[in-house]
Amino acid sequence: MAAFVVRRLLGAILMLFIVSIATFAIFFLVPRLGGATADDLASRYVGKSAGAAQIHQMAEKLGFTDPLPVQYGHFVTGLVAGTDYSTGPTTVHCPAPCFGYSFITQNPVLPDLLDRLPVTLSLAAGGATIWLVFGVATGVLSALRKGTVFDRAAMGVALAGVSLPIFFTGLLSLSIFSYTLGVAAPGNSYTPITENPLLWAYDLILPWFTLAFLYAAGYARLTRAGMLETMNEDFIRTARAKGLPERTVVVKHGLRAALTPIVTIFGLDLGLLLGGAVLTESTYSLPGLGKYAVDAIVNNDLPKVLGVTLIAAFFIVFANLIVDLLYAVIDPRVRVA
Amino acid sequence: MTRRCGIRPRAVLAVAVAAALTIGLCACGARNGSGGGSAAFNAGVGKVYNPSEAKGGTLRMANNGDWDSLDPADTYYAYTWNFARLYGRSLVMFAPAPGADGAKLVPDLATGLGVSSDDAKIWTYKLRGGVKFEDGTPVTSKDVKYAVERSLDKDTFPNGPTYFNDFLDLRGYTSPYHDPTPDKLGLTAIETPDDSTIVFHLLKSFSGFDYFAQLPATIPVPRAKDTGTKYKEHVVSTGPYKFATNELGKSFTLVRNDQWDPKTDPNRKALPDEIDMALNVNADDIDNRLISGDLDVDVVGAGVGPAAQGRILGDQAMKANADSALVARTWYTAINGDVAPLGDVHCRRAVEYATDKVGYQNAYGGPTGGDIATNLLPPVIPGAEKFNPYPAGGDNHGDLAKARDELRQCGQPSGFSTTISYRAERPKEKATAEALQQSLARVGINLTIKPFPTGDYAKLYAGKPDYAKNNGLGLMVYGWGADWPDGFGFLSQIVDSRVIRASGGNTNLGVKDPAVDELVDKAVTTADAAGREKIWVDVDKKVMDDAYILPGIWAKGLLYRPKDLTNVFVSDGFQMYDYLALGVKK
Amino acid sequence: MSDWWNPDTARPFLDVRDLRVRFTTDDGVVKSVDGLTCSLERGRTLGIVGESGSGKSVSSLAVMGLHRTATNASVSGEIWLDGEELVSADDEHVRRLRGKKMAMIFQDPLSAMHPYYTVGDQIIEAYRIHHQVTRRVARKHAVEMLGRVGIPRPNSRVDDYPHQFSGGMRQRAMIAMALSCDPELLIADEPTTALDVTVQAQILDLIRDLQREFGSAVVIITHDLGVVAELADDVLVMYAGRCVERGSAEAIFRSPAHPYTWGLLGSMPRLDRERSERLLPIRGTPPSLINVPGGCAFHPRCGYADLTGGASASEVPRLTEDQARHWVACHLGAGQRSRIWHDEIEPNL
Repeated sequence: MAAFVVRRLLGAILMLFIVSIATFAIFFLVPRLGGATADDLASRYVGKSAGAAQIHQMAEKLGFTDPLPVQYGHFVTGLVAGTDYSTGPTTVHCPAPCFGYSFITQNPVLPDLLDRLPVTLSLAAGGATIWLVFGVATGVLSALRKGTVFDRAAMGVALAGVSLPIFFTGLLSLSIFSYTLGVAAPGNSYTPITENPLLWAYDLILPWFTLAFLYAAGYARLTRAGMLETMNEDFIRTARAKGLPERTVVVKHGLRAALTPIVTIFGLDLGLLLGGAVLTESTYSLPGLGKYAVDAIVNNDLPKVLGVTLIAAFFIVFANLIVDLLYAVIDPRVRVA
Repeated sequence: MTRRCGIRPRAVLAVAVAAALTIGLCACGARNGSGGGSAAFNAGVGKVYNPSEAKGGTLRMANNGDWDSLDPADTYYAYTWNFARLYGRSLVMFAPAPGADGAKLVPDLATGLGVSSDDAKIWTYKLRGGVKFEDGTPVTSKDVKYAVERSLDKDTFPNGPTYFNDFLDLRGYTSPYHDPTPDKLGLTAIETPDDSTIVFHLLKSFSGFDYFAQLPATIPVPRAKDTGTKYKEHVVSTGPYKFATNELGKSFTLVRNDQWDPKTDPNRKALPDEIDMALNVNADDIDNRLISGDLDVDVVGAGVGPAAQGRILGDQAMKANADSALVARTWYTAINGDVAPLGDVHCRRAVEYATDKVGYQNAYGGPTGGDIATNLLPPVIPGAEKFNPYPAGGDNHGDLAKARDELRQCGQPSGFSTTISYRAERPKEKATAEALQQSLARVGINLTIKPFPTGDYAKLYAGKPDYAKNNGLGLMVYGWGADWPDGFGFLSQIVDSRVIRASGGNTNLGVKDPAVDELVDKAVTTADAAGREKIWVDVDKKVMDDAYILPGIWAKGLLYRPKDLTNVFVSDGFQMYDYLALGVKK
Repeated sequence: MSDWWNPDTARPFLDVRDLRVRFTTDDGVVKSVDGLTCSLERGRTLGIVGESGSGKSVSSLAVMGLHRTATNASVSGEIWLDGEELVSADDEHVRRLRGKKMAMIFQDPLSAMHPYYTVGDQIIEAYRIHHQVTRRVARKHAVEMLGRVGIPRPNSRVDDYPHQFSGGMRQRAMIAMALSCDPELLIADEPTTALDVTVQAQILDLIRDLQREFGSAVVIITHDLGVVAELADDVLVMYAGRCVERGSAEAIFRSPAHPYTWGLLGSMPRLDRERSERLLPIRGTPPSLINVPGGCAFHPRCGYADLTGGASASEVPRLTEDQARHWVACHLGAGQRSRIWHDEIEPNL
């Protein structure tokens, strides 16, 4: 087990390394292959009326005139050892791990990321809890009442949930619950949990449910299918033959077995979300990693993009690792083999 | 403030379902201009809507993106300049007045407009006494000089305009951060003979220097508080408001600056007690909140999005709370003389005649998107004249007979083929390209449509002469907004052939006419404003005669004014609501 | 020998009367069990034989009340267990009897045991539903049960998962689980089918030994007459949801009276013959239970149907006491059948 974990951790680090190279290449190598010069790249980071000299100056300042491996080397050096950068009148040290500083705002990226992480964490954690509870409960009930009105209605809603885009459900619920009924916070509301937990929950309730609606729908369908399959298993008949109450049969024997694929998907979904719930954050204007990434991409702000990509990749790789370990916890057959 | 509209909860559910099919996000008919009977469409255009002197309250604003920078040296948008006047005072400013008066310059930090030498190379301003920074330190001419000096450092402040870099007699001066003189005021192009006098020495004559003096770069910056790229985190205020909080990329709050003395300031009303700004807010959400009254101002001032536009115009009550503001922006298509056979003026004119102007307008959403443009200068610019050198027939669908005639004259009687480029992320430009493809095909001019990434359009593709020529971009869909409402502010960057750089990043996509350049030079040295305006019209006429530019529409923005907003009017200076004047009902 | 087939004496321990089980499916109503009557006393073993789909498993699940959770099943008739009628009893009452008064061993112990819980946990669970004891006590009991069914080192194996057991061990564990509450009725549904021959014998020995020890009534369901010969006191032959022949094991093996039973005997593997010659499979395939053939359900496959003068295709044969304590449902005359058995069938087996 220990060897497994170590091997996976090394793999994760390698993966992050590859992701950083790939992102770097997309931003720098691909345009170069397309014939763009260092000045062409730098021209994105100057004002509307900048002249060639100013552009070239910017290219040198941002290091675009260096060969690509050297540029990448600077990035990795900053990550490992920190780096210095100029604010104009003074020079500031950006301590390791330094993700670099924004080409546009010229602020270091890491504090931004750390600042935005709690928002994404709050959104993902709350949303995930809601969708897991609602999705799984609906799926189980639907499976047990297969073919009934409840089942059909629930699956109809679930289909709507997976089909409707977040920016639609999000704006619609804002319009209804916030602007018309006045019972929920408007968009662009976020209070840190450390400041006021109640307000935190109040501000996030709509984003949570919007996010959860999308995912709960999928989980309900997945749970229903899983439950329909497991409830036909022989071991369920055995459990009943023992005289177990039906609730125990469903939850302890049926759901437990149906949960394996759900845990897998849940881990991966959560990992993906922690890298930024792009659509939900954009729709509700929440200052999380996803919104940060979108803004950074729109502005071609590579250090930000690189930073948020690495964080997202980290969460995804990490979630994969957790899921693999969790597999062994859930399914004893995997543990021994 | 009431958020509810008279809809029963059950009906809301029904709406929720119905809205899944239609776009009707609870079209609340109940909300009308109850704040006085004066609410009417365009009530804030040319006059003040809801005039008020009542102070207090919080003005809530939102931005669907973010400032390029709050640092006055590093910002280049009409709305950021409009807004900067709340926390900083430049030498002169656009008057906070409705309509055309708003495009006039009035002194702010200075006691009067600039006094120039005869050759318009030396400009002198006197500063008002009693103006202080938010910490109580008096503002001197040295603070203004320092502010302009630091704005020259494009390494540190890449976003701002380069007018001072281009026009001041720098003599090699680059930045106060590399300035060996102890007080960092080594720039000889600006003199401060005493604390209340500042003198600018220009490299070349420029009669419109007052427009430079209204740039936020002349907002004074105390050297002791200058932290370079980090100054934007706490700009030291000279205006009626100062920063209370500032979370970059998220939000900031302005509160009253108790060191601002209204006696030194004839222009600012400073009605609200506080101004809250939310950044990076979803654009549709901003529109919905404006309509619901949860937000007072969309600070970007470009108008509501297409979805909200449909709702507002479709509802008389809502429409009464909207203003359609003509902006100093023309959506046009550049005709590239470098690409054969468009080198021949007759071929270019054939394009002008064959264009279906109504189709062009429809691409921008019809009359709400803007008026059909017949020439380059937007009418909102002082002194602009409307003229129509290429009448598009009685119905504005194009004059095909004239177009064919021009084609014959350029030796392409059966038409020709070329490529039209547009910015991929802009659906309206795509629609424009398609409309042009259709209308030009009627006379045998066949267009191949080619999209390019928006961010690099000017830098790597359409705005890079070699690229455009080698790839046969005969027509390039584009648009231009004025830095300020003045012939120079609008035209200099798009018609002067000397600003074209081989390295790309051009906004002049191919107007190359020495006669035009000559007229531009004449305009910038003409001291008399009316005379200047006349010359800019001549520039416009010459460019149109050359047919390097196919004007599409003069843009309009649909602004929504929530009813709790007071003292609302569209300023011709910024072509959006004047942020200095606004107040809120408590 | 008790009179388990005689309804006039005091009610037997298990008494099933006119049991009918139907499933509503998209294709139609499946009559899985169609009027089954049988009974069983404590300490005795009843073997139910028949091909797959003959209704033997369905009827035993009906006794356990395990069709109650299936929304498409309907059970009618009477099932008396120790003087209580179960078909009309409420769900909760039947649930309390399950596992305690009556228990069941299933065919494939790998799929019948939950893969995510240890063998011990599953036995403990079964025990603790019916006994208010601590986990510790239940665990001790589980270890003891595993020991009794012949699992070596039960103390450590109790924490193993089903997949860590061999097939035979799993079936032993399954039996330990079923017997953990001393059930008075044990139903074993094909308990040895999934096992190889030597393990089969061990398991059958185990069931016999345990029955002796616990004194339970045992129903053993199988398609393998060898298993019946090994264990059963009495035998019930089912075909298409109906009982076609029943009697003591001795009677059934010595003088089987129904052509279907002959077929089963013919297809029984015997150790003293070569594989190629010993199997005489019944021709045709088992009938659809949605459209059961009219008359005798077996008549389309029966080699002697033409001897009945058409009755077999038109009339359902009644179960009649052919010889003493030997009941058969067939249109052929008793003498006719006896002659066929002795002259045509037995010599060829």
